[in-house]
Amino acid sequence: MPASKSVAGPSVVSHAGRAGKNWLVLSAIAALIVVLPVAGLALEALKGSTGLWAHLFSSILPIALRDTVILLVGVGLLTAVLGTTTAWLVTAYDFPGRRLLEWALLLPLAVPTYIIAYAYLDILHPIGSVQGSIRWVLGYESPRQFRLPDIRSMTGCILLLGFVLYPYVYIPTRAMFLTQSGNLVDAARTLGISRRAVFWRVALPLARPAVAVGIALALMETLNDVGAAEFLGVRTMTVSIYTTWITRTDLPGASQIALALLLIVVALVAVERWARRKQRYATDARRSRGLKPQKVSPVNGMLLLFMGSVPILLGFVAPALYLTTEAWKRYQFAGLSPRLLNEAISTITIATLATVVTISLGLVVAYATRLRPGKTSATLLRLSTVGYAAPGTVVAIGVLIVLAGFDRFIDRTALDWFGVSTGLLFMGSGAAVVYALTVRFLAISAGGIEAGLSRIPMSLDHASRTLGQSPSGTFRHVHLPLSKAAISAAALLVFVDCIKELPATLLLRPLNVETFATHLYGEAARGTYEEASIAALAIVAISVLPVILLSRVGTAGRSVAADT
Amino acid sequence: MKQDIALQLINVGRSFGATAAVRGISIDIAKGEVISLVGHSGCGKSTLLRIISGVETIDSGRVLLDGHEVDGGCFVEPEMRGVGFVFQDYALFPHLSVRDNILFGLKRHSRAEALANAEDVIRRVGIEHLLERFPHTLSGGEQQRVALARALAPRPGIVLMDEPFSNLDQGLRGQVRTETLSLLKSLNTTVIMVTHDPQEALSTGDRVVLMRSGEIVQVGSGYDLYDRPANAYAADFFCVSNKIPGICRGDRIETPIGNFLRSGEANEGGATTVHIRPQAIAISLDRGEITARVKERVFHGETEHILLAVDGLETPLKAVALDRLPKGAEVVKVSIDSERVLSF
Repeated sequence: MPASKSVAGPSVVSHAGRAGKNWLVLSAIAALIVVLPVAGLALEALKGSTGLWAHLFSSILPIALRDTVILLVGVGLLTAVLGTTTAWLVTAYDFPGRRLLEWALLLPLAVPTYIIAYAYLDILHPIGSVQGSIRWVLGYESPRQFRLPDIRSMTGCILLLGFVLYPYVYIPTRAMFLTQSGNLVDAARTLGISRRAVFWRVALPLARPAVAVGIALALMETLNDVGAAEFLGVRTMTVSIYTTWITRTDLPGASQIALALLLIVVALVAVERWARRKQRYATDARRSRGLKPQKVSPVNGMLLLFMGSVPILLGFVAPALYLTTEAWKRYQFAGLSPRLLNEAISTITIATLATVVTISLGLVVAYATRLRPGKTSATLLRLSTVGYAAPGTVVAIGVLIVLAGFDRFIDRTALDWFGVSTGLLFMGSGAAVVYALTVRFLAISAGGIEAGLSRIPMSLDHASRTLGQSPSGTFRHVHLPLSKAAISAAALLVFVDCIKELPATLLLRPLNVETFATHLYGEAARGTYEEASIAALAIVAISVLPVILLSRVGTAGRSVAADT
Repeated sequence: MKQDIALQLINVGRSFGATAAVRGISIDIAKGEVISLVGHSGCGKSTLLRIISGVETIDSGRVLLDGHEVDGGCFVEPEMRGVGFVFQDYALFPHLSVRDNILFGLKRHSRAEALANAEDVIRRVGIEHLLERFPHTLSGGEQQRVALARALAPRPGIVLMDEPFSNLDQGLRGQVRTETLSLLKSLNTTVIMVTHDPQEALSTGDRVVLMRSGEIVQVGSGYDLYDRPANAYAADFFCVSNKIPGICRGDRIETPIGNFLRSGEANEGGATTVHIRPQAIAISLDRGEITARVKERVFHGETEHILLAVDGLETPLKAVALDRLPKGAEVVKVSIDSERVLSF
């Protein structure tokens, strides 16, 4: 997610160079590429459904809306509780294992929602080993006598999503506790408030904007999810879009639901933006010393360690262990099938292409705002990042509309001029998937690169220009070498997100092309548990990489907080 | 166009939103001239440097370098202007060694020429021992010299320096300044140096340009600006003076401590103010027309700052004494050097 913060230089610094115009034009093209699908979606939705509009309104939309709202509220509450308590646990108390817990709490981020649902469906199967052991302990003999409540329910979905999405709240809240609360907590304690009461009276109120940002991001992920909700039988709007499109082949209808969904997303983005502004104000207000964790007794320490481990065990360890054993069993049984190897190749090819495109456009957009700061470039930056909040299904429909239009146009033109039919040039080639992934993840790329560039003082640009380099030469010789780390980090994040991404890939991949994610979806949807565990394990293993990166950034944040 | 003019600014203006950073700036700068551009922070002096270098554009007016228009009717990119820039934070490229920093601006030259140029400037600036080091390992003074060498290496026609000595320790500053300026003089380079320090401005530069709120207040030699300030602002910028209320009578101004020759506009019978620098007030025990009481003495070593209460004046007079008053002196005689009294 973009944490693009522009460092406030002297406010009057404005870069002139008319040579930067080319960059601005390129940036405008990047923004157009992103905005086009949304525009296409709106146009398609306005066309009106093929007579099914009434049906849509009376039967699908009410249920979808109800389920979506319940899911959002549930996931929002659960992630808020888990995220803030774990963040407070590791910042306020010092106990053996705290350091480990600090970064291990990020691990559930590596488990995509559709994978946790896939894993728990099998782990908690009524005739699976977990429920079997419980029955054995309690002395029951058959699932008919005793079984746990079915995981395939709204409650199950909320729980599972909550346990993988809480890190979105944990990260900003912990950062807030680390950088902000120290002096204020001390002040509160000298005013006679107990350490425990400080959480409710000082720390939590201060962290509210951070919590809000986190919840907004977690809910965006919830809206993006198509796998977990479908496997668990929750009919969210995202699922409805998918079924309306695929089973009813009603594209205008799907566009209409998508547009409605987009309204919810816009509300979430508004909440996130608002909270970020608040957060900035709160952190800028005073340079403050971080909170000093309190030593606790060994017994209490064990207790805290256990409490902090629960979300990790449920959100990461259990599914990861399950996937590892299942993948191992499958490998012993059948080895690696050629099919799986093919999927690995297509997964990596698609992710690599999308990463290259996304990073290139991100470089253009970020550098244009540096070369020509002002309203125009800032607007372009914002436009080019609108995709980050849009669910994959929504982006997919938009991309489909745009590219299908292009394909028709090119086909017709080719037919008119050369008498040759080009067929579905974009849709057939996989360009659509790359396009959709670019729209979705350009924000990560542009935001990360912009943050990297903003750490380079403006005077280096001016020095380079007065020493004879053009803006492009300056970019090559100064900015590129100095922001290598930021660019690589952004590329890694985008690459991994592309591998994890399910809905857009599912909807737009060319015929007969499967990635790890779509394979897993296919098996889970059919209820067959074959090679998917290997694919899922691969996705989780790759997804751990950015978590490690994130944890390093996190500890850097701590040392900075400790210095001041 | 005269051959010996390096830079010409004609009615240059630049605004950011509603605020004018610079406006109506016109000045000709001769080749080989050293200009110190001085003013309080936010007066537009750094903006003016950026305009000359081309990293900032103008809204109105024209900029001519060496007789060729570079902004106004057309725009020449900074990389094509042949202007050297020494930045306040030195702006050394952190990923390049000192040698590569200096070679950075020599891309357009042939390899041999680039090396010869670089070697020459490295020797002149005296940084032969630093070439393999990276900027973060250098002291402030060393960084300053590298920045200077880098700016000079492409043999720019004009060198712009933005507060080049402000990041140095007080002790080092004077020495580095002298060395830098004598080097620039020996190269016969045109230099514009921005500073906010009045003493630095007066002691460097063939001419001093004083700016305020984006406009030029006065241009002239250091002596001109100090002895004949154009207005009260210029007078106070270089030295805070005593402001004594008075009344215009003919070509004189009557004040409670004497009548002084008027140098400002006539305003018969109207209220005005005369400015008396502390240095223009001589204190002794017996010589002087005015009797004053010593209110406060602050010892500064070479000088002593003395506050004097005088009958008829609401605020006490500030004076600077070179000769020490006897200990415990309470009532003294004061005389004012009327040649050095200013009025506007």
